[in-house]
Amino acid sequence: MAADFAKGKESRPGQTEKNYMAQNNKLINLENVTKKYGSHVVLDDLNLYIRENEFLTLLGPSGCGKTTTLRIIGGFETPDTGRVIFDGQDISNVPPNKRQLNTVFQKYALFTHMTIAENIAFGLKIKKKSSQYIKDKIEYALKLVNLDGYGNRMPDSLSGGQQQRIAIARAIVNEPKVLLLDEPLGALDLKLRQDMQYELIRLKNELGITFVYVTHDQEEALTMSDTIVVMNQGYIQQIGTPQDIYNEPQNAFVADFIGDSNIIGGVMLEDHVVEILGAKFQCVDEGFGNNTPVDVVIRPEDVDLVEPEEGTIQGVVTSLIFKGVHYEMEVEANGFSWLVHSTDLSPVGKKVGIRVVPFDIQIMNKPESEDEEAVGVNE
Amino acid sequence: MSKSNTKLASRNKWMQRFISAPYVVWSIGFIVLPLLMIVFYGITTKDGRVTFDNLKMIFEPTNFSTLVLSVQLSLVSTLVCLLIAYPLALALRSLKLKSNGLVILMFMLPMWMNFLLRTIAWQNILEKNGVINMLLGAVGLPKLNIINTPAAIVLGMVYDFLPFMIIPIYNVLAKISDDVIQAAADLGANQFQILIRIIFPLSLPGVVSGLTMVFVPALTTFVISDILGGGKILLIGKVIEQKFKQGNDWNGGSGLSLVLMVFIFLCMAIVQKYDKDSEGSGVW
Repeated sequence: MAADFAKGKESRPGQTEKNYMAQNNKLINLENVTKKYGSHVVLDDLNLYIRENEFLTLLGPSGCGKTTTLRIIGGFETPDTGRVIFDGQDISNVPPNKRQLNTVFQKYALFTHMTIAENIAFGLKIKKKSSQYIKDKIEYALKLVNLDGYGNRMPDSLSGGQQQRIAIARAIVNEPKVLLLDEPLGALDLKLRQDMQYELIRLKNELGITFVYVTHDQEEALTMSDTIVVMNQGYIQQIGTPQDIYNEPQNAFVADFIGDSNIIGGVMLEDHVVEILGAKFQCVDEGFGNNTPVDVVIRPEDVDLVEPEEGTIQGVVTSLIFKGVHYEMEVEANGFSWLVHSTDLSPVGKKVGIRVVPFDIQIMNKPESEDEEAVGVNE
Repeated sequence: MSKSNTKLASRNKWMQRFISAPYVVWSIGFIVLPLLMIVFYGITTKDGRVTFDNLKMIFEPTNFSTLVLSVQLSLVSTLVCLLIAYPLALALRSLKLKSNGLVILMFMLPMWMNFLLRTIAWQNILEKNGVINMLLGAVGLPKLNIINTPAAIVLGMVYDFLPFMIIPIYNVLAKISDDVIQAAADLGANQFQILIRIIFPLSLPGVVSGLTMVFVPALTTFVISDILGGGKILLIGKVIEQKFKQGNDWNGGSGLSLVLMVFIFLCMAIVQKYDKDSEGSGVW
């Protein structure tokens, strides 16, 4: 499937009806975009569309090409080949200052020689708006990011979170059709980051514009996005809603990158039956053919620990860690170390049975080549 | 508890004083005393009476016109330095050199050669039968009269002091992050607007440093006007030198020095007023 995306046959499986309705409204379309730095290929024949009014997140490890993709949309990089279509027009060679979108940078990039109000007014002054209009806009924007009354302060006197909110205010007063955000919460501490996630969702809903968000933080992506694009090594691995990405990862990389998972080699014996570690499990997948080698993904919270005789296979608990919300256990069973999350405690050394509800077993095709396997798990 | 703490604090204080003692002695011996001596000579006559005649000497027509000419020439030199240095520093910044050391070295290297030697070299180049006029003659063009003109002095000043303008400006420019420039472009600013509204204001501390470091030595130099002006163009630094060496008039020379010092101080105060954030600039 990953190969399909790379070749440009883009599809978005499992779209919700709402998304499906809006499908024709492609605001940004990247067509066959390739970008190299020297001999290093950062983006390889990338195809991606972004719909009006969606919160789309480019998610992946560092070096996967997500920031380059954003910078190509923003106009700070030019694709070597391919086109960027914005609202039906080819903007591949349009400089950033002529594009109807604005960027929020990771390190805020506020103008330190200007007050907060002057920072926010910058784009509007360039566009020669009336001073009353600018004044109203500054007030509106500061209210929107909950920093009312900070207009006369200098950027240096604000905390990181406040500076980032000013950077957002500075961008949105220009009423862009799209707001690009390059790991905007990367420099903030955990609590602040979580608060800002809700803040961003609220902003997105209030403004009703498109957000394109870059992050390596899967939790951030799952919390905020309408659509997640998982990238690795210049290729799109999967596109889908957060639920799609989490529940139906299309390859081992996605499964491993998004949350914890048990990825086990198995054989699809026939429709609805998969053999894992020598035992037969019922599943809901079909159409893989008979006796086909596959990868099986089982999320740790979907593994049920039961009495040994009730389990599909049996094993022994080898480690136990208290994680707050749940216990994290490792169970050695049939030569595989299963990661298990459960609110029920099973002490180390206890013999347990492992059972998985058919719906919670996700079957994936094996990678087709060595090359793609390398893309996988070791990030 | 608090008693021993205060004891410790007072001991630390004495320690600090002890360690800084050599520097205090040095400052007093080589900065404060000479300054006081100049002030003393400046406001007294040869037989030790207090007078302001030495200070008023600046208003004598010859001295005053010399000061005006000196200010004019050093202002022009400073301005030319800025006009050359700023675009150069911008270009250097955009080169994105990995090590700043190389850039600094490039402009420091000529400074390691003797200042007099470099100025004398210019004399040879600009002379009536110098390098430039030889080349002009070779292609059949009329000779130029450059040496011993104000232009020659300005050229010498610009050549000698240019590095002092480039380095502080480059240092400040190199620190401006690309994100900030891209953010300005993102908000709709074109290249020119980015330069005027973002890069230039952010580089002001470097510009102020550069202006100070060029203007002050240019105003007080007498070597350059001596060599490239042929002694025909008198600058204020030369007048002061003559008072000391030829006229043996220490009181007059000190008086003029004081006036010049106050004048420079005022100039710098005005420049710095326009750049409150400047972290002090070399000279003061």
